Amino acid sequence: MEQLLELQNLEVKFHTLDGVVHAVNGVSYYVNQGETLGIVGESGCGKSVSVLSVMRLIPDPPGKIAGGKILFHGENLLDLEERQMEKIRGSRIGMVFQDPMTSLNPVLTIGKQISEAMVLHQGDSKKVADQKAIELLSLVGIPNPEERYGDYPHQFSGGMRQRVMIAMALSCSPEILIADEPTTALDVTIQAQIIELTKKLRDQLGMAIIWITHDLAVVAELADRVVVMYAGYIVEQADVFRLYENPRHPYTLALLESLPRVDSNRDAERLATIPGFPPDGLNVPPGCPLAPRCGFAVERCLQENPQLHEIEKDHHIACWVDVSTGKEL
Amino acid sequence: MNNAEIIIEAKGLKKYFPITQGIVFQKEIGAVKAVDDVNFAISSGETLGLVGESGCGKTTTGRTLIQLYRPTAGHVIFNGVDLTQLKSKELRQMRSHMQMIFQDPFASLNPRWTISRIIAEPLKVHNVRKRGQIMDRVAELLELVRLNANYMNRYPHEFSGGQRQRIGIARALASMPQFIICDEPISALDVSIQAQIVNLLEDLQDQLGLTYLFIAHDLSMVRHICNRVAVMYLGIIVELAGRDELYSNPLHPYTQALLSAVPIPDPRATRARKRVILEGDPPSPANPPAGCRFHPRCALAKEHCRTETPVWREIKPNHWVACHEC
Repeated sequence: MEQLLELQNLEVKFHTLDGVVHAVNGVSYYVNQGETLGIVGESGCGKSVSVLSVMRLIPDPPGKIAGGKILFHGENLLDLEERQMEKIRGSRIGMVFQDPMTSLNPVLTIGKQISEAMVLHQGDSKKVADQKAIELLSLVGIPNPEERYGDYPHQFSGGMRQRVMIAMALSCSPEILIADEPTTALDVTIQAQIIELTKKLRDQLGMAIIWITHDLAVVAELADRVVVMYAGYIVEQADVFRLYENPRHPYTLALLESLPRVDSNRDAERLATIPGFPPDGLNVPPGCPLAPRCGFAVERCLQENPQLHEIEKDHHIACWVDVSTGKEL
Repeated sequence: MNNAEIIIEAKGLKKYFPITQGIVFQKEIGAVKAVDDVNFAISSGETLGLVGESGCGKTTTGRTLIQLYRPTAGHVIFNGVDLTQLKSKELRQMRSHMQMIFQDPFASLNPRWTISRIIAEPLKVHNVRKRGQIMDRVAELLELVRLNANYMNRYPHEFSGGQRQRIGIARALASMPQFIICDEPISALDVSIQAQIVNLLEDLQDQLGLTYLFIAHDLSMVRHICNRVAVMYLGIIVELAGRDELYSNPLHPYTQALLSAVPIPDPRATRARKRVILEGDPPSPANPPAGCRFHPRCALAKEHCRTETPVWREIKPNHWVACHEC
């Protein structure tokens, strides 16, 4: 399978009044054609910044892509002129944002917003683009697409707006769809609708998906492969089944143990917790960023930051300790 | 749990918000029926979960219960006293026994006040302590929620989300309440912090004998923390049962759909599951459907569901449901 998109040692920094925030610190991941990659982490772990870099949407200043490569079909997106990047953004790579309430333009009809990209990127005439926009609306399951085409965003509910966002991202048949917490602002019932829709479209259109979320349960539902991030580093990366059955990084393990499950009753048990809170990116301590919160931490964790390494085929962790024995690897 | 003394009870509770037209001469042209005839009771020491989609009226139910909103109709009996009949002065005294923890720890703390002032305010309002003792009590409360008492003179912006939520909890505990409404207390927090706050709430319940109404949309967490669970849809409670009964044997089609929509953090289990996907969005509470409110989205809906409102009945001991087809 061809690697469609590959990030190599991506480093992103933000120069703020309080100092330099290290948002992404040498992150490498890839996504193959037709594959769904889930990126999981808490707020501030760098998951969104890494994909915004792919779209070259990091505001500079204060942000700065300080190093690394982003290869799309082997071509480094970071070397492209803005004009060339515009041909890729929204056309060959589509993106859906978290908040459907604020990411649509309130004074344009949704039909106009969807067809805009097709007129711009594919040179469609307005008439053709309108027709395609209506087809897209029905593809994402909006009832009466011909009528809804002329409506404004405020006339749609949250779930419907997210469908509009997806229609917009799909308008130019992208090879990759990046979805940044697309269901976080929605109710579980609507989230289930959007997940089903995404699965259907993925099978129908055969695009690759990068799905960013803080919810390990949503990723279990959807992803083929999962990347777990913490404090700007990848801490674990594996096939979805392997990751949930055999998590090898203390952070993944702790996250999974802290989640109650709707299908099982763990009544007497207390929830496992991760003490403390994530570092803020301004003062990154030497050593492993998780060490102060980690139950497995040994002396070495406080001094040296572990590199991501392969522990079994296609299963990578960044940790000095073997969680099954509690001893240093 | 059933034999325990009932601490708070809602009887036929309704809360309508008027929809008005005009600016100077406002006239009512309708009402949002946010809560429309709900009945439930909470026993001392238990946790009742209240779940449902956004806009279903769960927060309004909580607020109407402790009279932050005055109900349109119905009664709330708290320790034998009908709160809806109290005048504001009497109500203020009662309020020291019931407190609230809010969803957003960033919006619910005054940014210009120090932590000690925030936590001390309920003490002053309710005259629980004399001035000299207030700081001791604040320190005690901070330790109760596992925060360092030295943080007393800091401001909210110096704390993380989880710490702020602890401050909100300390404030709610200040007047020594018996009953606390937790309105989505963990929704705004990071995954690794949620479990900390849930464990803290459970510890405090054991330690202080608290009773909780736990409002949430995270059904997995509700299963963990609650003894009984009520499911709300469009202003009414459609099902109420013990936690294990509700999760293993949901009867109302809405409860079934809601539970099946919750993803499970296990790829094999979650992909093998059969899902009931609800079509569309919930209708507007200003103009709820006739008959059963759920009928436009219900797969089981029959003719009489469109016209007759289902009766709230006890279908099994301690398992209540409002559905014709159950």
